[in-house]
Formats: sequence, C-alpha cells, structure tokens
Amino acid sequence: MAHSAAVATPPPKGKESKRRSSTPRRLPYLLIAPAGLLMLGFIAYPVISVFYYSLQNYNVTKPWRNGFAGFDNFTRIFTEDEQFWPTLGFSAQWVVVQVTLQLALGLALALIVNQSFIGRGISRAMVFSPWAVSGVLTSTIWILLYNSSTGFSRYLADAGIGEYGTSVLSDTGTVFWAATLAELWRGVPFFAILILADLQSVSKELYEAASVDGAGRMRQFFHITLPHLRDAIILATLLRGVWEFNNVDLLYTLTGGGPAGETTTLPLYVANTGIEGHDFGYASALTTVAFVILLFCSIVYLRLSKFGGDHK
Amino acid sequence: MTAALVEKNNAAQPAARHSAPPPFSSRRTKRERAFDDVPRWQIYLPLGVYLLFTLIPFYWMLLFAVRPAGSTSLVPWPMTGDHFSKVWNERSFAVFFQNSMLVGVATLITTTLVALAGGYALARFDFKIKGGFMLALLCSQFIPGALMLVPLFEIFKNLQMINSLWSVVIAETVFQLPLSIILISGFIKNVPVSLEEAAWVDGCSRFKAFRTVVLPLLRPGLIAVGSFAFVHSWNHFLFALMFLSEQDKQTIPVGLNTLIGADSVDLGALAAGGVIAAVPVVIVFAFIQKWLITGFSAGAVKG
Repeated sequence: MAHSAAVATPPPKGKESKRRSSTPRRLPYLLIAPAGLLMLGFIAYPVISVFYYSLQNYNVTKPWRNGFAGFDNFTRIFTEDEQFWPTLGFSAQWVVVQVTLQLALGLALALIVNQSFIGRGISRAMVFSPWAVSGVLTSTIWILLYNSSTGFSRYLADAGIGEYGTSVLSDTGTVFWAATLAELWRGVPFFAILILADLQSVSKELYEAASVDGAGRMRQFFHITLPHLRDAIILATLLRGVWEFNNVDLLYTLTGGGPAGETTTLPLYVANTGIEGHDFGYASALTTVAFVILLFCSIVYLRLSKFGGDHK
Repeated sequence: MTAALVEKNNAAQPAARHSAPPPFSSRRTKRERAFDDVPRWQIYLPLGVYLLFTLIPFYWMLLFAVRPAGSTSLVPWPMTGDHFSKVWNERSFAVFFQNSMLVGVATLITTTLVALAGGYALARFDFKIKGGFMLALLCSQFIPGALMLVPLFEIFKNLQMINSLWSVVIAETVFQLPLSIILISGFIKNVPVSLEEAAWVDGCSRFKAFRTVVLPLLRPGLIAVGSFAFVHSWNHFLFALMFLSEQDKQTIPVGLNTLIGADSVDLGALAAGGVIAAVPVVIVFAFIQKWLITGFSAGAVKG
C-alpha cells in the first residue's frame, strides 16, 4: 500500500512539476525528522549516557572520587548491595501479581460488558472510568479509604467488623495487598478496554456455527474467544508488565516504599539513589541491570508465548 | 517482530471494520438472541459487585471533599465549599491547575503534530530507514521512563530547563510519541490511498490533499491520540516532581503529593484537591469514551 502511494504520484502539470519530482524522496525523512530527533535526543542519548555513567564513579556530592570505575558499580550491586535483591524481588512480585489479576478481572469484565443488556453504555463508562485516573490521584483516594480514623475500616469497625485504629498501609503484613487493591482499581479497566476492543472483531458466525454444533458457552469461550484474543492478550500483558515494573507514582505516594522498605521497587530505589542520593554512577549501573532484566524477560515471554505465530 | 506486527495490523483492520457493531447499540436481532442467551443475573450480579468496587472510592473522595471538617456522616449533607476554597487559594491549586493545563495542552499539540507527520510517513511511503524507525518505536515502549529520570535530569540541567514547564512538556511528548505514531499511522492506513490520488489528479498538492481529504477522516483517531496525550501529561507525576522544584511551577499531581506528605494530613483538603485533579480527566474521558473502543479496534493497538 505504502509503496504504491509513493509511486502513484500523478503526473503533475505546470509549476508544481519540479517540486513534486524532488519531494517524494526527501519528504518521508522530513516528516519523521521531528519525531526522530526528539527520540534521539531524549530517549537514545539518555540510554547511551546511562550505559556510559554505569562505568563511572559519578557522585555530585563526592566529586573527588569521580572517574572511570570499570565494573565496580556492577560488582557492588551483586555482592555488597543489601537493597538490590529485595527491591528486585518486590518488583517481580508486584508485576506478576498485578498483571495476572488485572488480566483475569479485565477479561471477565470485558466479557460481561460485551453482552447486550439494559444500561450497558453507562455501565461501561463507569467501570472504565478509573483508567483515566492518575497514580497520585489513586493514592489520594485510597489514602482517604485506608485512613485509620475516618477511613472505610472505621465504619466497618462501627458495624462490628474488624478493629478500630488499624491502618493497612503501615502494617507490613497488609501493605502489599492494600497497594495491590488500589492499583487493581486503576489497572483493570486498561485490560478490559483493550480486550473489549478486540472482542468486537470476533465473527458472530463462528459462535452461531459453534452453537448449532452444540458447543456450550464454556467451549465457545475456550475454542473461539480465547484463541482470537491471544495476540492482544500477549501484547497487553507484556506492555502492562513493563508499565507496572515502571510504576513509581502509586507506590511512591501511597506507601513511599515503606513501611521499612517493604514496598520499594527497583525503579523507586534507582530514583532514590540517583536523585536524592546524587549517586548518578551507581544509579546508572542499577538502571542498566534493570534494562537487561526487562529485555531478557520480554524476549523470553515473547518466545514462550509464540507471539504472532500460527496457532489456529 | 515488526513485520509480523504490521502484517497482523493490516490484516485485522478490514475484518474489524466490517464486523464491529457500533459499540453502544444494544439492539439485538432474534437470531443473535437465540445463541447468546446469558441469564441476566450472570451479567448484573458480577457487574454490580464490580461497580461498587469502582464507584465507592470515587464517592468516598467526593464525600470527604464536601462534608464539613469533623463530620462522620456518610451522606454528603450538609455541604461545604470550605475545603475547595482552601486548596484552591491557600494551597496554590489555582496555580497548579494553570500549570497542569499549560503542560497538558502543550503536550497535546506537540504530540499530535509530530505524530501526525511521522505517522503519515510510515503509512504512505517506503523509505530506507522505515524498518529501523518502526523497530525503534516498538523498542522504546520497553524503556521505563522512571529509569530515565536521572539522565533526563542531567540533560535538562545542561539545557538550563530545570524549573521550566517546557522540560516536562518535552519529556511527556517524547514518551507519548512512539505509541501515538503507531496509532496514527494505523488510522491513516485505514484511509484509502485512492482518495488522495483522486485529489492529486484534481490538481491538489500533496499537503492540500492531505488537509482536505485525509485529515477530516482522521478526526476520531486524532481525538483519541490527543486525549491520551493530555490525560497522560495531566496525570504524570515523576517528571514534574523531579524537574520542577519551584512551588509556582508545580503541577496538580505534585501538589497532591505535597498534601499527602504534609505533617498532619488534612483529609478534607486532600479530597478537594483530588476532585480538582479528577475533573478535567473525567470530562475528557466522558468525551472520548465512545471513540475509545472503536479507536482501539481499528487494530492500531496490535501494531
């Protein structure tokens, strides 16, 4: 399609002919130039500088030590750093739990609002609405709910359920699930929207044929719906996985990585080290390690799930 | 991976366009009803439970925002505007709101324009670095913005743009671009080339043909992409937190964070701030809702 467009430029007449003949060759480059330059300057260059600084001692507060460090930063991460492994472990736990639960609930929700029923439009609008809410706003809302003196638990306690004065956010036993619930509230609509969009293109005839052949709803779901959604689900889970790994807003504002570092993810630790601790060299090395882990996991995931492969 | 995605993308679109019913019509033919007979309670029960989970938090925020300090009533009556006037005036939310608006609108404009140009190039031309460019767009999806904070901070410091709203606009635009370009090029591919060719035959320049023929057809897609850009930059917290340290340059999410972090959290003020933060995105969301499903099912997300 694209090829024919470039070739199909009509024989122009008069004054325009000169410009026409020269533009199609340069035009695409001119058109992608703004995007390309922005991405070179603010994505590619930072990535390269991260790799560069990861091999340097670079700390604004200790300038006398700045200079080439070789792999010292990396050795420090894997042998001395007591925070690296716990934060990585928490990141992995966070990503796996979030993506799994968001997918399961999002899929169920999409299947429900894909049915025809009275009040569908307004129900969709309402269940999708947290999608547009920011991490900080989510934290705000859930802090109001979790608050020990006037939060939801207080009213539950008034009704005789649970105890007064418990704050789920400051208890190491409950903080993970408290944060998970808040993030689910905001994250499920993303999956529901994407899956619902993909459901629109399942051919109705397939279901009809299946139901004529006597296949029940369960079998229709596993043999028609799920295979159809496959690629969308793989891509959505992968993007969401990266996104949840990257998610700093909610945890930073809801728990601040606490209590006792219990909910500090790797990116949160990197940001603390780099910006608050001014240790750019070490933060860059941590970033590099995180990149490699993410890249590795993404490739393995795409391979294992046989994305885009023939699976019919 | 790129090739597979693009192919899949192209293949999926015509099918999607033909079989997708308008997402909001709830009319069913008799034939459909025959095989699509889900008991009503299996829809309304789980939906009702989920709606409670979705709506109670919103209600909670509204309740705290309008009920007088010290009240424990569960209904928003009597109402007070005290919390709103307090955050708006004393906690500088008026300034934050203005800054967030500036950042949001500027990001919307730059993202849409730059992505429109790039998307058109990808949809309509074959050129040497096209494959590489596509690959770069896809790969950049896997680069966590939070991990780019430190180098970006260095860059903006060198450009002397720390404490300038433009640093946030640029950072937001850059991270919005890849997805926006992919989406827009998908929308442009949906517009038949023959329409443009017809305009060329009539003597239109390429730009004029684009402006008069293609652009009007792209409206739903552009609205979706522009709204994403606005909502994302309105919501984004980290860039603003790190690049804008002067109080009169801060944005709403940073302002909310300040309220959360205050020594004794004023819940009423916090809730009112939350409502102020929510209003623009709720309006945008209500506006783009009907384009959301169709926009995505145009197949663009798959690519």
